[in-house]
Amino acid sequence: MTGEAMERSATDTDLHYRRTPPVFWWTRKPSYFVFVMRELSSLFIAWLVLYLLLFVRAVGRGETAYADFLDWAASPWLVVLNVVAFAFVVLHTVTWFSLTPQAMVLQVGGRRVPPRAIIGAQYAALAVVSAFVLWLVTR
Amino acid sequence: MADADEIADKITDEITDEITMRVARYRPDKDRDPGWQEYTVPQREEWTVLDGLNHVKNEVDTTLAYRWSCRMGICGSCGMNVDGEPKLTCATFLSDYAPGPVTVEPLANFPVIRDLVVDISDFMEKLPRVSPWIIRDEEQSVDDGEYLQTPEELDAYKQFSMCINCMLCYAACPVYGLEPEFIGPAAIALAERYDLDSRDHGARQRLDVLIEEEGVYGCTFVGECTRVCPKHVDPAAAIQRYKLKAAQESVKMFLLPRALRR
Ligand code: SF4
Ligand code: FES
Repeated sequence: MTGEAMERSATDTDLHYRRTPPVFWWTRKPSYFVFVMRELSSLFIAWLVLYLLLFVRAVGRGETAYADFLDWAASPWLVVLNVVAFAFVVLHTVTWFSLTPQAMVLQVGGRRVPPRAIIGAQYAALAVVSAFVLWLVTR
Repeated sequence: MADADEIADKITDEITDEITMRVARYRPDKDRDPGWQEYTVPQREEWTVLDGLNHVKNEVDTTLAYRWSCRMGICGSCGMNVDGEPKLTCATFLSDYAPGPVTVEPLANFPVIRDLVVDISDFMEKLPRVSPWIIRDEEQSVDDGEYLQTPEELDAYKQFSMCINCMLCYAACPVYGLEPEFIGPAAIALAERYDLDSRDHGARQRLDVLIEEEGVYGCTFVGECTRVCPKHVDPAAAIQRYKLKAAQESVKMFLLPRALRR
């Protein structure tokens, strides 16, 4: 069958045919695939949080620890990992933003705020926070 | 003369315009396993997949079993997987699958009884669990008249009341496929429909059911239910809104002393 792998329920009294989804069900549709990637992205987000904590700890421990951290951070495998992690974070952010209006119904003056406005507001907030962080580190 | 030829051409064209339907067959009395059977049917502009099946049933093979009734997207009984996508077959046109072949399977995620007919008892058992009717704290007597509602109050739940129980959303939901205990999109959308109804006081009762393991938290927001819903019910939205409600409720339980809770 195109959709499903089939598995016969073995009893002779139950003539229903029961189907179980194949292990790789999520490769069968682009939307399923994007969904599984979004779930996977949480691992990379956890990694980036850990990375940030390690960074803060190195800063707290003084100059040599900081220099060591920078050296470590420049190692090729870590750069690759972080680039991949960043890609996943972008995916996570974009999909999360576009799903928000479905979960949140905002009423302003008795009217429902259009989904586009909610999505736009999130990007605007992201831009503001990013600009602030940029200003903080470069000032 | 040319005109007559053209017309003749056109007629043969119409007759020879055909499409092959690959239909899943399962006859428990005969087969151990399901198989495929191919039927070639005329492909007319206005013909739906259901029209194709009806043609087969009437003209070619009377043994083919499938469900349908209204053929106008109202009864919700003709759902099948067409080329792997859950569809109302009465609202899905054969010409969209030209040149074919188009595969027709029973709705995914449900046990198959015969050919294209699935067993829906699981769904029928789940629906009443969310008490899909108006629950009142105090029933008003008939003499007091009907419960009135403003157009705005109607709009609040109208979208969620459009469900025709076609179960396409269950067929599209990988969570339901993997964990059949999950109460599922349409049942939660229906709970939301009554929660949002200004005449209803049953939100608390429904939340108790949906806050369980197999309730809203089973959902991981794949969003496919909303994409396949022929009535634009947006069950995914209902579920996320319910999660928000459930979370608020848990926080309240945690923070407020028993006496202050409502
Ligand atoms: S929510 Fe939509 S897809 Fe699901 S049963 Fe109702 S009408 Fe069908
Ligand atoms: S036959 Fe009623 S919805 Fe298709």
